Amino acid sequence: MSDPILTLKNVHTDIAQYHILHGVDLEVPRGQVTMLLGRNGVGKTTTLRTVIGHWQARAGSVFFDGQDITALPTPARARAGIGFVPEDMGIFTDLTVEENMVLAASSAPLDPARLDWIFAAFPPLKTFWDSEAGNLSGGQKQMLSIARAMAEERKLYLIDEPTKGLAPAIVSTMARALKDLKNQGASILLVEQNFSVAKALGDSVAVMDDGKVIWTGAMAELAGSAELQDTLMGLSMEAH
Amino acid sequence: MTAAPDHTPTFAALTPMERLDKATPILMVPVLVVLGFLAIGSTSSWLTLTVSGLAMGMMIFIMASGLTLVFGLMDVINFGHGAFISVGAFVGVSVLVALSGWTGAASLMLNLAAILLAVIAAMSVTAVLGWGFERVIVRPVYGAHLKQILVTVGGLIVIEQLIHVVWGPSEIYINRPEMLQGAVTFAGAAIEKYRLLAVAVGLVLFVAMRLVLRRTKIGLIVRAGVENGEMVRALGYRLSLVFIGVFVAGSALAGLGGVMWGLYQEVITAGMGERMMILVFIVVIIGGLGSVEGAFIGALMVGLLQNYIAFLEPKLALISNIGLMTAILMWRPQGMLPVVKAK
Amino acid sequence: MVTWLLSGDKPRSAILAALLIVILVCLAGAPFLFPGVRSLETAATICIFIVLAASYDLLLGYSGIVSFAHTMFFGLGAYGVALGTTHLGRSFGALATGTLAGALAAAALAFLIGLFSLRVRAIFFAMITLAVASAVAVLVSQLSNITGGEDGLSYRIPRVLTPAFRPFDEEVLGIRFTGKIINYYLVFFSCFALFLVMLRVVNSPFGRVLQAIRENDFRAEAIGYRVVRYRTTATCLSAAVAALAGAIYAIWLRYVGPDTTLSFEIMLDILLMVVIGGMGTMYGAVIGATIFVLAQNYLQNLMGAASEATHSLPLIPELLSADRWLMWLGVLFILSVYFFPTGVVGRLRAGR
Repeated sequence: MSDPILTLKNVHTDIAQYHILHGVDLEVPRGQVTMLLGRNGVGKTTTLRTVIGHWQARAGSVFFDGQDITALPTPARARAGIGFVPEDMGIFTDLTVEENMVLAASSAPLDPARLDWIFAAFPPLKTFWDSEAGNLSGGQKQMLSIARAMAEERKLYLIDEPTKGLAPAIVSTMARALKDLKNQGASILLVEQNFSVAKALGDSVAVMDDGKVIWTGAMAELAGSAELQDTLMGLSMEAH
Repeated sequence: MTAAPDHTPTFAALTPMERLDKATPILMVPVLVVLGFLAIGSTSSWLTLTVSGLAMGMMIFIMASGLTLVFGLMDVINFGHGAFISVGAFVGVSVLVALSGWTGAASLMLNLAAILLAVIAAMSVTAVLGWGFERVIVRPVYGAHLKQILVTVGGLIVIEQLIHVVWGPSEIYINRPEMLQGAVTFAGAAIEKYRLLAVAVGLVLFVAMRLVLRRTKIGLIVRAGVENGEMVRALGYRLSLVFIGVFVAGSALAGLGGVMWGLYQEVITAGMGERMMILVFIVVIIGGLGSVEGAFIGALMVGLLQNYIAFLEPKLALISNIGLMTAILMWRPQGMLPVVKAK
Repeated sequence: MVTWLLSGDKPRSAILAALLIVILVCLAGAPFLFPGVRSLETAATICIFIVLAASYDLLLGYSGIVSFAHTMFFGLGAYGVALGTTHLGRSFGALATGTLAGALAAAALAFLIGLFSLRVRAIFFAMITLAVASAVAVLVSQLSNITGGEDGLSYRIPRVLTPAFRPFDEEVLGIRFTGKIINYYLVFFSCFALFLVMLRVVNSPFGRVLQAIRENDFRAEAIGYRVVRYRTTATCLSAAVAALAGAIYAIWLRYVGPDTTLSFEIMLDILLMVVIGGMGTMYGAVIGATIFVLAQNYLQNLMGAASEATHSLPLIPELLSADRWLMWLGVLFILSVYFFPTGVVGRLRAGR
C-alpha cells in the first residue's frame, strides 16, 4: 500500500482551556473513504478542524501528502489540496450560489466540465444558480457546501456530517454524490453519524473516544460484527 | 437531537410585508427627503438643505466605509480611525497651500488639478499610516475588543499630538479653490458648488465600491469574509492580506474624507477627526456594523436630518443624530442592514 | 480595623502599601504640608480624580466594559450642584439636593444607555456612549440660558467653605486657616469614604460576579447569572459615583463649565489614569490619578526645561515641548496596554 495521504501522530489540541484531543493517531489512505466515527463530543470535529488548521495542534504532528503541515496556516493547507466541508456548512448566505462556487475554485476559474458533473449530482444548484445562498433550503445548502469542495480537484476532502438533519431523500442524493466523488479516486475523511451511509461509503474506519482514536480497521470488519459495533459505538448509532 | 429536517424549497414568493421589510432601509432616504419637503414648505430652501445634507452625508460615508468593512472582516474596531481623517486634512491642505498659484487661478482645470494632487498626497500618506497602524497598533490585539479600543484610542492621542508637532498647535484656515467658491442658482435655490462636487465624489465612490464588492473576486472574498472568515481561509484565501488591504484602503478613504471635510469647513484642526468619529460611529451603528450599504444609507440620513433640523429647530440639530440612532436601534437593535455572522 | 476598612483587599505589595500610605498622608495633610493655593488645588484634584478613576475602573477593570460617557456622569453631578445652588440659594441643603439629583439623573441615564446597548455587544456600548456623551456636551453648551453655555456657571456656596471664612484670628500650625481648608477636608473625607465604598463593592459578592462575567460572560450566563442585569447595575453604580465626584468637584471649584467637567479630553485622562495605574485593582486608580495629575501640573515644567536644553537640535525640542506631555502619556498608555495590562499596581504586586 502506498503512503497515506494524511497522517496524524499523537496530536493534542486545546480549545481555550479545554483539552479536547489527547493524542490522536490516524492514517487516511489514498483513494479511499475513511470514516471517522464515535459518539458526540469525542473530538471528531476537532480532529477535522485541526487538520484544516482552524485549531492549532499543541503537540504532535500532521503530515499531508508527505509534507509536515502542523505549523502551516489554514490557507496554505487549503492550497496544498485539502477541501473542507464544515459541520455548519459554512455557506456564504449573502452571496449567490454562483458566487459561492466561484470563490470555491480558488486557484483557477470554474471548469465547465466539472460544473456539469456537479449539476448532475445536485440539480437544484443549477436551478438556483443566481439566487442568494441564504434562501436555499437546508438540504440545498448542504449540497452547495459539498459542491464547493468539489469545485476543484483536491487531494483530500474533509467532510463533517453531510447528512446531519436531512430528509431521507436528500440523504441518498448526498450519498450518491459522495460515492461518485469516491469513484473518481478521491481521498475522503468523512465524519458520519448515519451508519447505513457510513457502511455504504466507507473503506476503512477510525473510531474515536475521549479525544483518541481507539480502533481502526476495514469497514467490512466493523459492518460484519454487531458485537464490535456495540462495544465501539453503541451509544452513537442507536440514536439513528 | 438535531433540528427537524428542512428541505422544502424556500423560494415561495415573499409576502408583501416581507418585501416591505427588506426594502425599508433603502426607502428611508427618499422618505426622509419627502418629509423634509413637507416640513420645510419652501422648495428653494428645501433644495438647498437637501443638497447640503447629501454632501455632508457623502463625506461621512467616505470616512465611515473603511471602518465598517474593517470591523466586518476582522471584528476589529478602530477608534483611531479619526486620526487618519485629521492627518489627511493636514496633508491635503498643506499641498493646497503650496499650490496656491493653482487654487487661486480662475481656471476650473487648475483648481481641480490642485485638489486632485492634494487628495492623492493625503490618501498616500494616510494609506502608509494605516499600514503602520495596523502592524504596530492593531495587529497585536486581534480578538481582544477591550484592548483594541484602548490601544486604538492611545494611537489616536499620539497621532493627534504628532500633528501638533508637525503643523503647530493652532487651526489652519483654508479657502476653497477659486472656481469652487460661491453657489449656483437652480430653481431659485442657491447651491454651493463645492457641495455638488462632494455629492458627485461620494456617489462615484459608492458606485465604485459596490462594483468592486459585487463584481470582482476580491470583492467576493471581502463579502464572504465579513460573513464567515474562517471558511474563506479554508478555501485557501489569505484573509489577513485582504484585511490589511481593506484597512489601508479604509485609512486612505478617511484621508480623502478629511481633505473634503477640511475644504467644506474651510478650517482644520488636529481634533477634527476625533469629532467626526462621533458621526462616523453613529452612521456605522445605524447602518449595521460591517455593511457598506448600511453605512451609505445611514450617512445620508444623518446628513439630511441634521440639515433639515438645523433649519427647523437649530438647537436640536446636533442631537438629532442621537435621536435618529435611538429610533433605529429600537426598531432594529443590530442596525438597519446587519451583517449576519454565521458563527 | 484596617482590613475591615479595606474590605479585605490589601495592597499585597510592600512598595504599593508604602506608596499608598505616602499618598494618603500627603493628601490628608496637604494644607499643612504643602501650603499654597496651587498645591491645595492639586491635592483636591487628585482626591476627586481618584474617585472618578475608581468609579471608571468598576466598569473598565472589573466589568470589562468600555464607556466614553464617564465625564458625562461626572458633569451631571457637577451641574446638579451648580443648578441646585443657583436656584435654591446658598445653603448646604441646596448642595445636597443638587448632588442627589445629579447622582440620580446619572444613574437613570446610565440605565437607559445600558438598556439599549449592553445587550447587543460590548463594542456597541463604547460607540454609543461616545455618541451620547458628545451630544450631551453639545446640548449643555447650547442651552446657555440654563447651563451658562460655554462660559459655564459660577455660583456661591455656603460661606463656611470659602476663603472669606476665617474661624481663627491666629495662624493654625503655621498657616492661615480659612474656609477653603474646611472645603478641602470636605473633599478629602468625602473622596476617602467614596473610595472605601467602591473597594467594598468590588470585593462584595456582586463584584466577584462582575469579574466572573468579565472573564467569561457566556459561562456566567450559563451558571445562571443575568449578565445584562449585572452589567447594567455596575454601569448605574459607576455613573452615580462619578456624579458624586462631579458634585464634590463643583463644590470645590465653585464653577462648572463644559471644559472642566464634560470634555472628551477629561475622558481620555480618566482612561489613561486607570490603565496606567492598573485596571481592575482600585488601588490602580489611586496611583494612576496621582501620577497623572502630578504629571499634568509638574511634568510640563520638566519637559519645558528639557525642550529648552535641547533647543539646538532639530525636531526634538518640538517633541519635548511642554504642550506635548499628553503625547508621551499616550505612548506610555499604549505600551502599558501591551506590556503591563495590569498597570503599575499589577507590576508591583507581581514583583513582590
